Amino acid sequence: MSLVGHQPPPIFRRGPAPLARLFVFVALCLVLLVADLRFRYLEVLRNALSVVTYPLQMAASTPADVVRNATRYFGTLVDVQLENADLRRLQLDAGERLLRFEQLEQENLHLRELLQMSERVQTKSIAADILYNAPDPFARKVILDRGTQQGVEAGLAVVDANGVIGQVTRVHPVQSEVTLLTDRNQSIPVSVVRNGVRGVLYGVGRGMLEMRHVLAEVDIQPGDRLVTSGLDGIFVPGLPVATVTRVDRDQDAFARIECEPLAAIERSVQVLVIGRAAYPPPPPPPEPAGER
Amino acid sequence: MHPTNRSSRILQPVKLWFVYLSLFVALGLEYIPTGRTPGLPDWVALVLAFWCVREPLAIGMGAGFAFGLLMDVGLGAAMGQHALAYVVLAYLANALARRVLWFPAWQQALHVLPLLLLAQAIMVLVRLLAGAEFPGWSYFLSSLGSALLWAPLSFLLLLPQYQPDERDDNRPI
Repeated sequence: MSLVGHQPPPIFRRGPAPLARLFVFVALCLVLLVADLRFRYLEVLRNALSVVTYPLQMAASTPADVVRNATRYFGTLVDVQLENADLRRLQLDAGERLLRFEQLEQENLHLRELLQMSERVQTKSIAADILYNAPDPFARKVILDRGTQQGVEAGLAVVDANGVIGQVTRVHPVQSEVTLLTDRNQSIPVSVVRNGVRGVLYGVGRGMLEMRHVLAEVDIQPGDRLVTSGLDGIFVPGLPVATVTRVDRDQDAFARIECEPLAAIERSVQVLVIGRAAYPPPPPPPEPAGER
Repeated sequence: MHPTNRSSRILQPVKLWFVYLSLFVALGLEYIPTGRTPGLPDWVALVLAFWCVREPLAIGMGAGFAFGLLMDVGLGAAMGQHALAYVVLAYLANALARRVLWFPAWQQALHVLPLLLLAQAIMVLVRLLAGAEFPGWSYFLSSLGSALLWAPLSFLLLLPQYQPDERDDNRPI
C-alpha cells in the first residue's frame, strides 16, 4: 500500500513556518508604525478602517451617554439652583465687560481705518462639550461632541473660559479629538504680552509647559503672561495661554522657561472651538532677481 | 469541570463564526469610553490569547494583526501599535497551546499573564520611542485584570461547545 499521491492530512499543512510569518507580520507593523508616527501617511487607511469601527464605537458609547445623562437628570435641585445663581452673577459680569468690548471694537475699527491698516482677523467659534478622555493612555487627548457636521476642522484652537486648552487634531463626523497643550507632541507659538517676545510653547507632561527657542539674555520674568502669537496662520492671535513660573538662565545659550497653563486644561468641561473664518493669503512668491 | 487535555471531557468542534463574533464583541467592549481607569482588562488581547491557545490551527497572527489595526483606529493610537503587540501575543500563544491546555484554569492564567504583560511592554516601548509620555506603572494592572478573568471567560467562550447534539448521560460530553 503506497502513500504516493496522497495529500498529507490538513493538520500538517500549515503554510509557511510560524516564525517566518511572525517576521513578515512584525516587519509590516514596523512599516505601518514608521509611516504613521514619522510621516503621517496613513490617515487614508485610518479613515477607511473607521468605516468598520465607527458603528461599533457608536454602539459602545451609548451606555456611557446614558450614565452621563442620568447623572445630569438626577442632579439635585439645590445644586442646579446654586449653579444658576453662580451663572447669573457671571453673566452680569460678562455682560458689562461685553458692553465695553463692543465700544472698544468700534473704536479699534475706526482707528484702523484712520491708519489704513487691514482689518483684524475674523473668527468663528463653535461651543462644544468634552465627552471623555481619549482611550489612548500615552497621549493627553480628549474627545469633543462636535465634528465635521458642525464645522469643526483639524487645526482649530480649543479654549475654555480662561485660555487655550489645545488643538483639534482629528475630526470625525460628529466627534473630534483634541490634543491638549500638555501633550508631549503638542506645541503652540506664543508671545509675551508685556514686550512681545516670541517663542514656541511645548508640552512636557505632568501638566506643565516649557517655552523653548528663547535666548538667555531675552527679557522674560516669572509672572509674565503668554498669548498666542498667531504667526502660524492657524491660531487666532491674542488668546491667553500660560504664565511663566520659573526662568533658568544658567544652562547654556537658551533660557529654560517653565510655564503653567492658564486654563484648567485637564478639568474643563465646556469649551469653545475657535478658528479663523478665512485663512490669510499665502505669501507672495519671491520676485525673480533678474527683472529690474 | 474545566475541559483540559487531562480531563475526559469532550467538546463539540468550535464554530469559526463564533470565534470572530467573540472577537468583535471584545472590540466593542474596548470602545466603551472609560477614561483612564487603571486595571481594566484588554478584552481583545484576552479573547485573542484564549482562541490562540484553544484553536492554534484556526486563529493566529493574521487575526491578531487585523484586530490590532481595528484597535489602533478605534482608540486613536499609532497605526500598528496594537497590531505589533497582538501579532507577537498570537505567535507566543500558538506556541504555548500544546503545553498550556494540560493545566487547570488558574495555572493557564499564570501562563498567559507574561504574554499579556509582554504585549503591553511592546506597546509602551513603541510609544516611548515615538516620544510619548510614560503612562505610569498602573498601566500594567490591565494585564492582571485580564488574567483574573481567564477562568470565567474560558467557561463563557466554551459554552456553545458544551451543548451536545443529543443528550446521553453515559457519554462524557
